[in-house]
Amino acid sequence: MKYEATIGLETHVMQKTNSKMFCSCKYEYGAEPNTHVCPTCLGYPGALPVMNEMAIELCCKAGMLLGCEINPYSKWDRKNYFYPDMAKNYQITQADEPLCIGGQVEVEVEGEMKTFTLERIHQEENAAKNTHVAGASLVDYNRAGTALMEIVSNPCMSSAEDALAYMAYVKQIMQYGGISNCDQEKGQMRSDVNISVRPIGQKELGEKVEIKNMNSFAFIKDAIEYEIDRQTTLLESGGSVVQETRGYDPDRGETFTQRTKENAHDYRYFPEPDLMPVQVPEEQLKQWRSELPELPAQRQVRYVEQLGLPEYDAGVLTADMATSDWFEQAMQHTKNAKAVSNFIMGEMMRLLSEQNVEISESKLTPENLAEIIELIDAKIISTGAGKQVFEMIFNEGGEPKIIVEEKGMAQVSDDSALEGWADEAIASNPQPVEEYKAGNPASINFLMGQVMKASRGKANPGAVMQMLKQKLDA
Amino acid sequence: MSKTHEGMDVGYVAKLACIDLTEEETTLFQGQLNQVLHYVEQLDELDVSNVESTAHAIPVFNVFRKDVVGTSLNHADVMANAPSSVNGEVRVPKIIDQ
Amino acid sequence: MAELHKLTITELSEKLSAGECTSVDIVTDILSSIDARDGAVGAYLTVDRDDALDQAKMADEARTAGKASPMLGIPVAIKDLLNVKGQPCTCSSKVLEGYTAPYDATVIAKLREAGAVLLGRVNMDEFAMGSSTENAALGKTSNPWNLDHVPGGSSGGSAACVAADEAIASLGSDTGGSIRQPAAFCGSVGMKPTYGRVSRYGLTAFASSLDQIGPITKTVKDSAILLETLCGLDPMDSSSIDVEVPALGEQLTDDTSLEGMKLGLPKEYFVEGMDPEVEKAVRDAVEHCKSLGAEIVDVSLPNAKYAIAVYYIIATAEASANLARFDGIRYGMRLDGKDPAELYAKTRSAGFGQEVKRRIILGTYVLSSGYYDAYYLKAQKVRTLIRSDFTEAFKTCDAILSPVTPTAAYKKGEKTDDPLKMYLDDILTTPVNLAGNCALSVPCGFTSAGMPIGLQIIGDDFQEETILKVGHAYEQTTEWHKERPSL
Repeated sequence: MKYEATIGLETHVMQKTNSKMFCSCKYEYGAEPNTHVCPTCLGYPGALPVMNEMAIELCCKAGMLLGCEINPYSKWDRKNYFYPDMAKNYQITQADEPLCIGGQVEVEVEGEMKTFTLERIHQEENAAKNTHVAGASLVDYNRAGTALMEIVSNPCMSSAEDALAYMAYVKQIMQYGGISNCDQEKGQMRSDVNISVRPIGQKELGEKVEIKNMNSFAFIKDAIEYEIDRQTTLLESGGSVVQETRGYDPDRGETFTQRTKENAHDYRYFPEPDLMPVQVPEEQLKQWRSELPELPAQRQVRYVEQLGLPEYDAGVLTADMATSDWFEQAMQHTKNAKAVSNFIMGEMMRLLSEQNVEISESKLTPENLAEIIELIDAKIISTGAGKQVFEMIFNEGGEPKIIVEEKGMAQVSDDSALEGWADEAIASNPQPVEEYKAGNPASINFLMGQVMKASRGKANPGAVMQMLKQKLDA
Repeated sequence: MSKTHEGMDVGYVAKLACIDLTEEETTLFQGQLNQVLHYVEQLDELDVSNVESTAHAIPVFNVFRKDVVGTSLNHADVMANAPSSVNGEVRVPKIIDQ
Repeated sequence: MAELHKLTITELSEKLSAGECTSVDIVTDILSSIDARDGAVGAYLTVDRDDALDQAKMADEARTAGKASPMLGIPVAIKDLLNVKGQPCTCSSKVLEGYTAPYDATVIAKLREAGAVLLGRVNMDEFAMGSSTENAALGKTSNPWNLDHVPGGSSGGSAACVAADEAIASLGSDTGGSIRQPAAFCGSVGMKPTYGRVSRYGLTAFASSLDQIGPITKTVKDSAILLETLCGLDPMDSSSIDVEVPALGEQLTDDTSLEGMKLGLPKEYFVEGMDPEVEKAVRDAVEHCKSLGAEIVDVSLPNAKYAIAVYYIIATAEASANLARFDGIRYGMRLDGKDPAELYAKTRSAGFGQEVKRRIILGTYVLSSGYYDAYYLKAQKVRTLIRSDFTEAFKTCDAILSPVTPTAAYKKGEKTDDPLKMYLDDILTTPVNLAGNCALSVPCGFTSAGMPIGLQIIGDDFQEETILKVGHAYEQTTEWHKERPSL
């Protein structure tokens, strides 16, 4: 018998707000522990939550970008469970009336376009951060109560590749939409994965296993593959899968039982009396819709149609929003889109990956690149010199024109200087000259190299070639 | 509300609420709370299938605050309230599993 | 300067403006009254002597500098579930041992701004769960009218201290009658404002959708003055409602006519088991209002009889979540354990009293998997019916008259063994909390045993003005409020 997997994702995304979801404490990653806390996010007696308007806006915009309906009426619920990272021992979330309903995304998976559907997006609050030391655990409440959305997909994927492509897409959209930075290392994007396996042809889904709280794409891939394999093997050997919650141990590359169905939490959801329901006015939704940013797919079309870039370039440039934004900024200072694209896809990406830095950290500004391209196009420097200037500024910063001048990198096109070097090369290399005259045009390249050498690379190659031909053909 | 006739399992519910009851308390509460639940069964007289539920007595919508950072508590005050702390963090017994 | 402690906010405010006394005089006098009586009454958990005198001094200085406010320099006692910055907030529970409030409740901030003097914190049933102040871990409070009797609850300390002239006024909180019932038991005036009228920020929550803070005072006019100080939209409380705050104090004049006022009498509120003396006192009060010109109309609140069942589902459910935060992690008492679960269980078992545990367990149960629809959801639906009853009734009347409680204050220990019996006493007060509207408790007589009886005046949403007017007219034309316990 053959088996197939069904996968659904619950993706938690921390929104880019200044303050927390229900109080005015700042969210700042890496701040001194317990310095951004107040009676509300610490669950002190008497403290009350008040909704952050921006979080609602970002959640609705996320929904719009992922094709959801905005619920005309949404409300808040308490999810009760005791855990040291939960200050009130209940989490404020949305159970039956989330902000966004449904949704659908088109994602390319290994060259094939697939449609994945969403069940909902709801708004909730984040938990505190626990760290573990010898014999104890420590709690830092700075993250407690920060704005967190949960994007819930339907069980509509069937492989680790599907899941990763979906997550990468969601991440890209969240970044483009200014909803979240989705920095996985900072825990800004985490997923729980639901997986079940069934014999192909069986209608109903198999028993579902949930793997909790993974933030790295690589772990998610490994965990899904491991779990599909585990469940399939179990079924093949006549066993059955138990509905449970599992964790993933990246060191061993395995999932392990965390909580069985019998011990499942009884969350005792009930309507949060401290918060009022949300009914976003139609006008407001219209306004937010009008503010939605251009998405990568739209940008790709524009790069091809308006800027004349190859589709390949447009795809690479828009894959990451920071890169695409950088490209757009450069384009405000030059018209040579292909040159900008070549530099970004070539020098820029090489240097970023060699030095493991983000494009935003590059000392070279988009304006610098535009200036370098302008110098090349004006034939003031060679393309090779342009690349050198690029790397210098990338590492040390500086102004292209000043560097070209200081380092004497400008090309020599001046005829008198070129003539001297050309005459010298012809005089000292009779052999290639003979060959050229005898009908071997490639021999001119040797002479050309000699001139470039004599000029220490500064001679304008086009001008040298012209000069040599003139003299030899004469 | 037929389930109420079974009566509640006080021990199980207390565990959900993170409260340890003595045997005497369990027996006492079992009796008292089943009496209360029995009293509550009078609600069965009412047909409320077409009645909306009330979560808030006075209905209001969209009570927001602007996304502006305000003042947080003094760190020392927070630590002074914590029964146990280490290096500015609240100390708890080792968390073993979720 | 004797006997200042016996006066009202209104009287003291006049004396202060006329320069006949200072706030320091008043506070000094109150402190000696507390010294003389609180040993017997036991209203206070903590008296902040030095701090109160400092505040009085500041109030006097502010007055000299030209500040004027009806509450300026008036000493007020605070129910110990309101956060007062730098002070403990025990909720009469062991579980909050060691907690220091790092912030002021909004009502405390408003009192400070008005220049009132915070005297100290008074006793209550633990986490406001109770009707007799016998469920208090940290103190025992007696009814000033008979020390063997309960002061009522949960705001027992707030009512007792006002009745015993140990405070000019106090703040209480009312979730199912916790202001009105102790006020009735102690012969004081208690106001449960409309839900959303007064900010709950800083009030340790019992049942969030029912809790309201309100004043306990010696007169209706004082109630109006203090309430006016507490009211208003608070951005820190999403349930606080943006309605205009009328000049509640000023509207109460010497005119005690109730001409043109329609007062409803709900037949369902004269319940079985009601003390005939209570019923008679209330019926007399109804007649009295009629003699002041009011028209008495019959109204019906057919679903009120379900209020106790609904209340004890909704209130305990909300409480089970609200009290989950008392876990020994971030503040308060901690009994350590090998893991967090053991720490929670040990701390909560030792930290909470029996009634609190009982209600948490009931509330946890009604929300638990498989029971939610049968209990919680159903209760919320019946709550809708109870609210509709009031909406209907107020189409034909301006306010509703009823007893506050079926009996006057009873002896200590009389009902502690039977929680259901104790719960049933809330039958006349809980409907108002469920519906969200406002109600006032005003003294309207005494039993033959000399215990005070309360008249409940119920108003529609945000109609505090109306019930205060009725209460004031009744009070000013009767003598009950002038009676004082002999301590």
